[in-house]
Amino acid sequence: MENKVIIRVCDLKKQFGSNVVLDGVNTDFIEGQHVAIIGPSGSGKSTFLRCLNRLEESTAGEIWFDGENIADPKVDIDHHRQKMGMVFQQFNLFNNKTVLQNITLAPVIIRKKALAKKKRQNSRTRFLNCFRKEKQPLIEITETVESIQAEAERTARALLERVGLPEKADVYPSTLSGGQKQRIAIARALAMNPKVMLFDEPTSALDPEMVGEVLDLIRDLAKEGMTMIIVTHEMGFAREVADRVLFMADGNIVEEGTPAELFDSPKEERTKQFLKCVL
Amino acid sequence: MKMNEFFSDLWRRFSKAVIVEDRWLLYLEGLGNTLLIALMAAVLGITIGVVLAMINYINKKTGKLRVATKISNFYITLVRGTPVVLQLMILYFVVFSFWDNGIMIGAITFGLNSGAYVAEIARSGFESVDDGQMEAGRAMGLSTWQTMRTIIIPQAVRNCLPPLFNEFIMLVKETAIVGYVGIYDLGKIPGLIQSRTFDYLFPLLIAAVLYLIVVLGLTKILHVLENRMAKSDRNRGGVANGK
Ligand SMILES: Nc1ncnc2c1ncn2[C@@H]1O[C@H](COP(=O)(O)OP(=O)(O)OP(=O)(O)O)[C@@H](O)[C@H]1O
Ligand SMILES: [Mg+2]
Repeated sequence: MENKVIIRVCDLKKQFGSNVVLDGVNTDFIEGQHVAIIGPSGSGKSTFLRCLNRLEESTAGEIWFDGENIADPKVDIDHHRQKMGMVFQQFNLFNNKTVLQNITLAPVIIRKKALAKKKRQNSRTRFLNCFRKEKQPLIEITETVESIQAEAERTARALLERVGLPEKADVYPSTLSGGQKQRIAIARALAMNPKVMLFDEPTSALDPEMVGEVLDLIRDLAKEGMTMIIVTHEMGFAREVADRVLFMADGNIVEEGTPAELFDSPKEERTKQFLKCVL
Repeated sequence: MKMNEFFSDLWRRFSKAVIVEDRWLLYLEGLGNTLLIALMAAVLGITIGVVLAMINYINKKTGKLRVATKISNFYITLVRGTPVVLQLMILYFVVFSFWDNGIMIGAITFGLNSGAYVAEIARSGFESVDDGQMEAGRAMGLSTWQTMRTIIIPQAVRNCLPPLFNEFIMLVKETAIVGYVGIYDLGKIPGLIQSRTFDYLFPLLIAAVLYLIVVLGLTKILHVLENRMAKSDRNRGGVANGK
């Protein structure tokens, strides 16, 4: 089995003022792996996850993704974020857009912009070719604004089918239950066909009876081989779905291992203490 | 007999104020100018105000646009700290002294002035948009501006539509001071007619009634708008545990 590292974190530090929240975190996330991050409140789990796609700017350290150190302020983070789906505790669906528009919005904007850029480049080449002996080839453009929109809607409807909410395409998010909102949020995050999915306590804001439907969906994604990093308080779920569990406390990874190792025979005193409280 | 004389005198005054020389046309022309100035000023003011509030919002959320925020705050302080009559005179007699289109200068003055007040309204509109909306947009790979344009601004503007419309109603009344620099808006017409008939009573009364009708009409529209919005909010958000 090939262990391809998809995100490598080197000595990641994050401070809010003088408050050190991440204190030199090192770890690798492997393609296809499902990693659960657990730990006490305030230990920096969310901050760590948000640093990975730079919703939070790290203070020092490196994050390698797709061959680039994306912690470097000079890289085009928007481009990399398209390959990292994120699911929030509070869903954060776009209130002014229908469910379908929530899913198609980003792909359509991003692809239309890419199309416009290609067209610009072609007009430039065409213009310069007038003065060139050796004509440069034009970029082949197969898509149109309409085809981008249609394609995005097709994908969105397929995703709605997949999360079990095809009939909700044209309603606004505020008419949905929490569980439905989170399933749509997951569909939205999948729309750009990401290489990795980041979940920040995806079930913590849900009523107990709705936790199941969201966990079922994440479990399905895991089975399909999606690379996932999940911050969660659901220990049972972490144990069942994760290949690897990271226990974070006081701004660093205190202990990690397979669920069996970490939950059944924790080595660190800090881990034992935490597990005693939550299990 | 005495009563009769009183009424026929009143009628004579009324007719001089309204009917003689088709003077009623003057009121309508004044009203037209007032509405034109208020409308143009509202469009300019809302544009300026939303842009200022947006600069402020981006600065607050991302730390960018520091200089633009300083300039915008200075502008707001300057405009709100000086009387609008002075602003009007500065623009009319100094800045645009070469230009004789009083209506446009009036509209520009009130647009610039209202922009500073709209900025405050729009700022609260932006603040009422949940931070998670911007985060979700950025996490999808959209830029700050793409997220502002498609997600934040539509929600912010919707959140403050009623106060924005109210600002327009205020403008209809407040623009009456453009008469100071000789623009024939509705507020200036009574003076014009009095200078010919030497009678202020009916011209003032009529102008006041016209303002009142317009303001009440616009207020009515505002209420309809508010009701519609409340209704669509209920439709969008009614069923919390949707089936
Ligand atoms: N934007 C911020 N500004 C200042 N301090 C922050 C900010 N965000 C987080 N912190 C601080 O960073 C620390 C870690 O917070 P974080 O949200 O990462 O913890 P967590 O492990 O996700 O906790 P929880 O389980 O409660 O979600 C906390 O002490 C918090 O107060
Ligand atoms: Mg958290």
